[in-house]
Amino acid sequence: MKVDWQPGCDIAALKMRAVMLKGIRQFFDARNVLEVETPLLSNAAGTDPHITPFKTSFDHPLSTDCLALYLNSSPEFSMKRLLAAGSGSIFQICKAFRNGEAGRFHNPEFSILEWYRVDFDLQQLVDEVEKLIAQLAPAVLKQPTIQQNYSEAFQQATGVDPLTASIDDFINCADKNGYSEAVTVCGEDYSLWLDFLFSHLVQPSLGKEGLCFIVGFPACQASLSRLNKADPRTAERVELFINGVELGNGFFELSDADEQKQRFTAEAQERALKGLPQLPIDQRLLAALESGLPNCSGIAIGLDRLLMLIQGEESIDKVMSFSVDRA
Amino acid sequence: MASYSTNQFKGGLKIMLDNDPCSIIENEFVKPGKGQAFSRVKIRNLRSGRVIERTFKSGESVEGADVIELEMQYLYCDGEFWHFMEPETFEQYSCAEAALGDNAKWLKEQDNCIVTLWNGEPLLVTPPNFVELAITDTDPGLKGDTSGGGGKPATMETGAVVRVPLFVQIGEVVRIDTRTGEYTGRVKS
Repeated sequence: MKVDWQPGCDIAALKMRAVMLKGIRQFFDARNVLEVETPLLSNAAGTDPHITPFKTSFDHPLSTDCLALYLNSSPEFSMKRLLAAGSGSIFQICKAFRNGEAGRFHNPEFSILEWYRVDFDLQQLVDEVEKLIAQLAPAVLKQPTIQQNYSEAFQQATGVDPLTASIDDFINCADKNGYSEAVTVCGEDYSLWLDFLFSHLVQPSLGKEGLCFIVGFPACQASLSRLNKADPRTAERVELFINGVELGNGFFELSDADEQKQRFTAEAQERALKGLPQLPIDQRLLAALESGLPNCSGIAIGLDRLLMLIQGEESIDKVMSFSVDRA
Repeated sequence: MASYSTNQFKGGLKIMLDNDPCSIIENEFVKPGKGQAFSRVKIRNLRSGRVIERTFKSGESVEGADVIELEMQYLYCDGEFWHFMEPETFEQYSCAEAALGDNAKWLKEQDNCIVTLWNGEPLLVTPPNFVELAITDTDPGLKGDTSGGGGKPATMETGAVVRVPLFVQIGEVVRIDTRTGEYTGRVKS
């Protein structure tokens, strides 16, 4: 039997990755942002119902207990604990793991660049992201950067206002665009309707040959961001796109421990409702928030996708040494 | 019939959709970083031949379709039905016009075709990719023209009309790509 041992990318792609990583380190070094490492194995995972963590167990040499550990789906919780401990602005380049995800733009294990800027609001972070991408991928950015509100982009593409629409409006919009199956997929789930219509009708045209920042996500998709003070129907969350590919997700970070706890509890309820396994809530993160998270904004960028765009490839396995099929 | 979840949607899998048997062409995993995962699937409706796109929630299940494809020999047409035989079992199947559609014009007796059966009944007949047919009628070409540029219509023994080069004559056998309906060359006898 012939064993396919060769990497999925060519050697030039390995070099491009090394150049990209060096560029990132130079960028943050010049700005006095500290590079950190946090554990990939952790005893609590994120509870986001849309993310399935890998679970493993630890045989402790000095204990008969078998300790459940999760591979991190992002380094966010540990990095926030460092921020609460007084680290100042930090960045990390690491692997993140998500079960059940594979495709052109997904691999169960992928490279993340995540960073947090103390005393930055979301706009300052957006400006910094633009500078970083311009430095790493100048050839990709042929058009000027666009920054748009979620509702504005959504309305432009669908004719529907995502903050005020009814489920019937969504159904009509999906029917009109040839997605009559959407009603069976989404039912009465408002946030799922937003995901469906955004993925199918809005996202594909975002960031044609340039950077596009979408800000002001609806509050039901706030994730770990603060709600907007002036308009609490929206959240201080940003996503960035190039050529319709989602590249990163950032927040003006929620620092209120009580609100964070409520969101975790809501996620646990959603998991129960959907018959998904329950996951332990990260008590250490909550304790860190209680002790005080400085005002900060943070973002995670998918490095494999960024490299894919830099190299003009159509799928991330073309820029990874060994994607899951070859690992 | 078994049901299949989106993670079993591979190219060629036959499923039921809107009461029609369909074949999966392509399945793409789509997922926002902070949102629901979808399967965006390209599907061919085997009855109409149309290709459609359909989105499923990741993990959703659909019913499989009892569809098999068998190589069969075309026997004859009785004016209403086209008759085929499965060469292993000698079992015969008769297909109505709907199963053949435009493909009837490529069928020559004794040629092997793929017959798609749904619940044991013929649904679709796919002719071989290339057929060799004799020309029964065409205008005489210009003498000495071997370039083939321009061409002329020619009627085949099965009734199909195909554009052939000017130098090809009545009685000659030509090779045709049934997927495009184009002449690909003369067959030396």
